[in-house]
Amino acid sequence: MNPILPLPILCSVILDLDKFIAKEQPFWDELSGLLRARIEDPHRRAPLEEAQRFFYLYQRTSSDLVKLKTFAGEVETTHFLERLVARAYSQLHRNGGESVPFRPWDWFWRTFPNTFRRHWLAFVLSCLTFWVGGGFGAAALAWNYDLKSDFIPPQFGHLNEKPSKRVEREEKQDFDAFQGRHTFSSQLMVNNTKVTILAMVTGFLWGIFTLVLLFCNGTIIGVVIFDYLADGQGVFLTAWLLPHGSFELPAIFIGGQAGLIIGRTIFGWGTNLKLRQRFARIRGDLLTLVGGAALMLVWAGIVESFLSQYHAPQFYPWKITFGALQLCALLLFFTFCGRNRREKEIT
Amino acid sequence: MLGQTTSLEVRTPEGVTFTVPVASPFSRCLALAIDFAVVVALTMLISQVIVILNFSVSSIPVIGDVLSDFGTGMIVLLQFLIATLYGMISEWLWAGQTLGKRVFKLRVIDERGLSLGLKQIIIRNLFRLLDILPSTFYLLGSICCLFTKRCQRMGDIAAGTLVVREVEVPAPEFGEAMTVKENSFARVPHLEARLRRHTTPEEARIALDAVARRSELDPDCRLQLFAKLADHFRNITEFPDEITHGLSDEQYVRNAVDSLFRRASD
Repeated sequence: MNPILPLPILCSVILDLDKFIAKEQPFWDELSGLLRARIEDPHRRAPLEEAQRFFYLYQRTSSDLVKLKTFAGEVETTHFLERLVARAYSQLHRNGGESVPFRPWDWFWRTFPNTFRRHWLAFVLSCLTFWVGGGFGAAALAWNYDLKSDFIPPQFGHLNEKPSKRVEREEKQDFDAFQGRHTFSSQLMVNNTKVTILAMVTGFLWGIFTLVLLFCNGTIIGVVIFDYLADGQGVFLTAWLLPHGSFELPAIFIGGQAGLIIGRTIFGWGTNLKLRQRFARIRGDLLTLVGGAALMLVWAGIVESFLSQYHAPQFYPWKITFGALQLCALLLFFTFCGRNRREKEIT
Repeated sequence: MLGQTTSLEVRTPEGVTFTVPVASPFSRCLALAIDFAVVVALTMLISQVIVILNFSVSSIPVIGDVLSDFGTGMIVLLQFLIATLYGMISEWLWAGQTLGKRVFKLRVIDERGLSLGLKQIIIRNLFRLLDILPSTFYLLGSICCLFTKRCQRMGDIAAGTLVVREVEVPAPEFGEAMTVKENSFARVPHLEARLRRHTTPEEARIALDAVARRSELDPDCRLQLFAKLADHFRNITEFPDEITHGLSDEQYVRNAVDSLFRRASD
């Protein structure tokens, strides 16, 4: 046994480590302190000097960790530094894209319509699926009228009534503009917003369930429309559905549009990016679309409860005109708003 | 989890690699149960307040019914808003934590180890509507958690996030591993010299590693290991009883390590 030769090698490492820790520990403590302050108040904007110091300490500690990892024996300090660097890294490198302040006006008039146009094909597909479902519902009812109750979900049980009877009843009824309207309005907003979000998120299952959801909702509308038209209640139907439907249905189509964008992202057609990178690219667009759709649904909910349910025949022309104007405004909004010269030149 | 990785390995631009432990589905379930209880409690509390207000305003002539209906409408709206926004607001305010996650020391982070962005928070919480299906059993989310590498539900995948465990690593007592306050072996320098002469570098290294890693060992293993090492060093050099009196096996090994390495640094 001859320990004389190898021991000094070991000892020199130990000696370095002791000195190293003694020298660096104040910097680690300082970084820990800054981290603690940041975690206690995550939204505080640090002054420039503090941010620079933080960055310096992070880099110094990172460098220390690399040096220390060469010394396998000091696991405790290595773990401690790993956690310190991990926390500092997380604080320092925020996920990009958040630094631009949110401007609601700009978002509504420019970002929302631009995003909508960028994915117009998904909107068309969403719209088509819905109306194919509508056609299917109408065809099924034309084939066998007894199927009506099978298509109408329990929560819309009142639609099982014969349309002419309902129209007769509704037109005679006094309309109390306030009684029960707030609750009804809230229920509509919540239900429609849930359907729209669901149409978006089900896109994760390869877009299939988004299409199924749109098709099923379309089927119900198709059945109702056919039922009222077949019973000669077209004017009532238009005056009833157009004022809120002109916003509600496009909003649901937009939810479907977002779902189909997700579906396409899951498939990854036309790109060799990873799923994470593909999602990072569409995240902003998804939020814009679903946010815009939610706004439209709030308006649709108000119109549906305070105007659409007012069934006095003398107001039908006004209601239809109102709905048609809304639809035209929406069309113009999505076609022209937010277009800048460059985009016009490209198109 | 079904045989997947349970940690996130991050390589920073500075070339440093570190790992972050991913939260288990079980701890996430427990945190979720707390959050669910909070949402239910908040909803009930606000609903009760509105019901009391409704009751008090319903007797007002003309507008009493309207206000009462407005209150009921608000309850419907607030139930939805609380359920949807609770996760978003708390994760935004507490940098990736809800109350349940705070209790179980979990945190949502970006899947590259970065802190969360607002868009990510909104997306992962909107996708909860899909993850809770069917009904509110969280079946889709749970299946997804079990079969993905980093225990991500669908909302996490879409938002590019994952839930990690916040491991508190206490600051080590720097230098304690190598130094002892009073090494009784130093009182017999000739025996210390014999110890150094008869100890191989490998033996010294093993003893040093044992001292450095002692806090990671189970108590029983720690006792056994230091008993063996102490016996080994006793066999190499026997110190007089007055020197070793009252020393535990661990203290004996620490003294030996100090004697082995102090010589070189002095």
